[in-house]
Amino acid sequence: MSEASHNSVTTGADPSRRDFIYIAAGAGAAGAAGMALIPLIGQMNPAADTLALASIEYDLSKVTEGMQAVVKWRGKPLFVRHRTPAEIKAAQTADVKGMRDPQTDAERVKEGKEQYLVVIGVCTHLGCVPNFGGGEFNGWFCPCHGSDYDTSGRIRSGPAPLNLEVPQYEFLSDTKIKVG
Amino acid sequence: MSDHQSTYQPKTGIEKWLDSRLPIVRLAYDSFIDYPTPKNLNYWWTFGAILSLCLGIQIITGVVLAMHYIASTDHAFNSIERIMRDVNHGWLIRYIHSNGASMFFFAVYIHMFRGLYYGSYKAPREVLWLLGCVIYFLMIATAFMGYVLPWGQMSYYGAVVITNLIGAIPVVGPSILIWLQGGFSVDQPTLNRFFSLHYLLPFVIAGVTVLHIWALHVTGQNNPTGVEIKSKEDTVPFTPFATIKDAMGIILFLIMFAVFVFFAPEVLGHADNYVPANPLQTPAHIVPEWYMLPFYAILRAIPDKLLGVIAMFAAIAVIFALPWLDTSKVRSMRYRPVMRWFYVLFAITCVALGWCGGQLPTDLVISFGADKAGTPIGLTVTTLSQFLTAYYFAFFLIIMPWIGLKEEPLPLPASISEAVLAAHSKKKG
Amino acid sequence: MSSFLTNSLKLLSGAIVAVALVTSAPALAAGGHGRKPVDPGFSFEGPFGTFDQGALQRGYKVYREVCSACHSMKLVSFRNLGQKGGPFYDPKYKNPNDNPVVKQIASEFETAEIDPDSGDEVMRKSTPSDRFPSPFKNDEAAKASNGGAIPPDLSVINKARNGHAPYIYSILIGYEPKPVGLEIPDTQHYNAYVAGSLATQWKGDPHHVPAGGVLAMPPPLTDGRVTFDDGTPSTLKQQAKDVTTFLEWAGDPHMVARKQTGFAVILFLILLGGVVYLAYRQTWKGHH
Repeated sequence: MSEASHNSVTTGADPSRRDFIYIAAGAGAAGAAGMALIPLIGQMNPAADTLALASIEYDLSKVTEGMQAVVKWRGKPLFVRHRTPAEIKAAQTADVKGMRDPQTDAERVKEGKEQYLVVIGVCTHLGCVPNFGGGEFNGWFCPCHGSDYDTSGRIRSGPAPLNLEVPQYEFLSDTKIKVG
Repeated sequence: MSDHQSTYQPKTGIEKWLDSRLPIVRLAYDSFIDYPTPKNLNYWWTFGAILSLCLGIQIITGVVLAMHYIASTDHAFNSIERIMRDVNHGWLIRYIHSNGASMFFFAVYIHMFRGLYYGSYKAPREVLWLLGCVIYFLMIATAFMGYVLPWGQMSYYGAVVITNLIGAIPVVGPSILIWLQGGFSVDQPTLNRFFSLHYLLPFVIAGVTVLHIWALHVTGQNNPTGVEIKSKEDTVPFTPFATIKDAMGIILFLIMFAVFVFFAPEVLGHADNYVPANPLQTPAHIVPEWYMLPFYAILRAIPDKLLGVIAMFAAIAVIFALPWLDTSKVRSMRYRPVMRWFYVLFAITCVALGWCGGQLPTDLVISFGADKAGTPIGLTVTTLSQFLTAYYFAFFLIIMPWIGLKEEPLPLPASISEAVLAAHSKKKG
Repeated sequence: MSSFLTNSLKLLSGAIVAVALVTSAPALAAGGHGRKPVDPGFSFEGPFGTFDQGALQRGYKVYREVCSACHSMKLVSFRNLGQKGGPFYDPKYKNPNDNPVVKQIASEFETAEIDPDSGDEVMRKSTPSDRFPSPFKNDEAAKASNGGAIPPDLSVINKARNGHAPYIYSILIGYEPKPVGLEIPDTQHYNAYVAGSLATQWKGDPHHVPAGGVLAMPPPLTDGRVTFDDGTPSTLKQQAKDVTTFLEWAGDPHMVARKQTGFAVILFLILLGGVVYLAYRQTWKGHH
């Protein structure tokens, strides 16, 4: 019976006009469904208040030489390290060529503020938080899988593929930085 | 219909392979493509599809809202405001969900009144009707618990009043009340469990909906004449005929929905629910959402606490019993000249009960002036509610059985196609 | 199939309208309420209404200089002031955190935070991502300073009162000398628009209880109380209208986007409905 009915539908009208109407209706419905997906997917992106917290200001004078401060930023730890002259020297004189992710120390700090190193404290291997001062290079040592970072936060041994990430930051005054 | 033979012909090799293992494509084809549908269904029949859409919209937006909502007395109100202010498109999703509840009930009431008018509950469709009643009851429970979640003043006192209804049960009531609230008042445990159940119940509704559609496809659809399908001449295949008509109904419904969501999103809500819950101070005027007002009016019409609660639940329970209360041989009220008027009166009663539920019980509906001391006298909302409640129950318990036996129905058409042809010649000539 | 409304259903809808009309009239006449709120004609009303940015900026100034002394606005952040549609939105600064006006406003406030070295609560300058700090530490402090009444939070105040924006506006302009026969303490103030009942405090003719109620808040606005930077005359009504506009925005910051989306969605649905109707006619041709 469906055959008979379908035939009677198709008789009479101009076939191209008929097809156009069905295609337009179908496309319109598909378009509506597609547009409905935009808010449903978009809502999982960071909300306005989450994004608003994305930049913080920090007063570096609180960090004494040889120590580091750990600040929470975007839900992750931010290492703010006040390096000793010996640590700076070790970082600057290390041979960049043999490194897995070659980068000079100058690329990782602000000029004239070499004593301050600001990196995101998340191991580039699988996301653990490396321990301060551990390992062979006196930088950081990740307890999870043994990645070893130097005093510039560069990966020197272990499974991590990249150096500790330096976030975008700027000096607002002599001792105050804005991260993000 | 049960005797309808499957006409599904698997074409590709994959379809054949799947069909012999899990004939799910065959099921969908037989249910929604080649399903024989009465050719005379009118637009009131599109509300089934509209309701499926409503359930889908509520579940999808609800799952999304649950990603941002915090079920805590300290954070619930603020987390919803965060959805409204900061979450990407959050205001849109939340307004669709909150107005969607009202749209869902609007559609379900039309669906129920359609079933009532055309006798869709009568044999052999009793189970279909019962499953529908179960869905409606679950909808009420879900909507009530959902309304508690924003943890505004109306949320809080709505939860207090409704849970306290349970306390009216003799002997065990107070213990059940404490069990239900998870404490000695509506508080964190109550909110937490309501959130859990509010998330669960829609999926239960979806399950019962599958049974509802299954039962529908066993008996076949009713139609405006109430005369069963007699031959192929009476039917058209579901797709494209019913599909396109449902699509038309859905679009018209969505336009109305959009007007509420985008241009009057708060008009169905209550201002007091934008005041965070305060267990120490009740708002001046407690009212439930509009779709529960008729039952609220019945509750308040009875001066006794326990009897009021019983009357309110009986008002829902009596709908379940409808298939066994109607004694008429004729389904559709098109051919029931007397019952039709009682039906109209019943519809007005329900609307009027809803209106009463939103008023203060002591307000006057009609004023007859004042007595000697100057106090205005007249018909109070409570008295009117009592009359309306009486008619509500009389409609089911007295009028339905009695008129069915006494009424002389109009002559029925021999078949659906005959009725369609008769309507056509009337229109032309 | 020719018409989808049966006669009785037509009748039903007519009857519902009739019942609604008949029954709604006496409900409004019932006593114990304030005077009907005045609507001064806000820029945000109606489907095409938007927020007038000048009114928002003036309204913010009224909030800042008058309301914020007692009322919190906990759900609003400084950055909101600079977001699209906000009082200080500037298309040059897509990220409201960078908007200099917003930064300036934020720096006028102080936010409490825990000093990581001492654990003490210290005050620091607010930043755009902070919320408006509350004038009182907690509800109890707010109560103690305001004669036992907590000044309500203003974040969603227009949504939280029956009568909405016109009601808030009417309250602000509705202070009048108390009618003779009304016995209220000096800490309370008569307002003809407040939704309440004065029956218990009224010693005059019991059948003519004055409309309105009392507020713990003294009249907050007077002519010239705030100086508007754009030269708008600072009348009581102007202040009330502008601060109400600001509060409407504070409670519904996405209103403009909502209405714009609404027009697009409804237009789309109407077009789709037209196409589907043609498909419907095509399908059912000869089957009616």
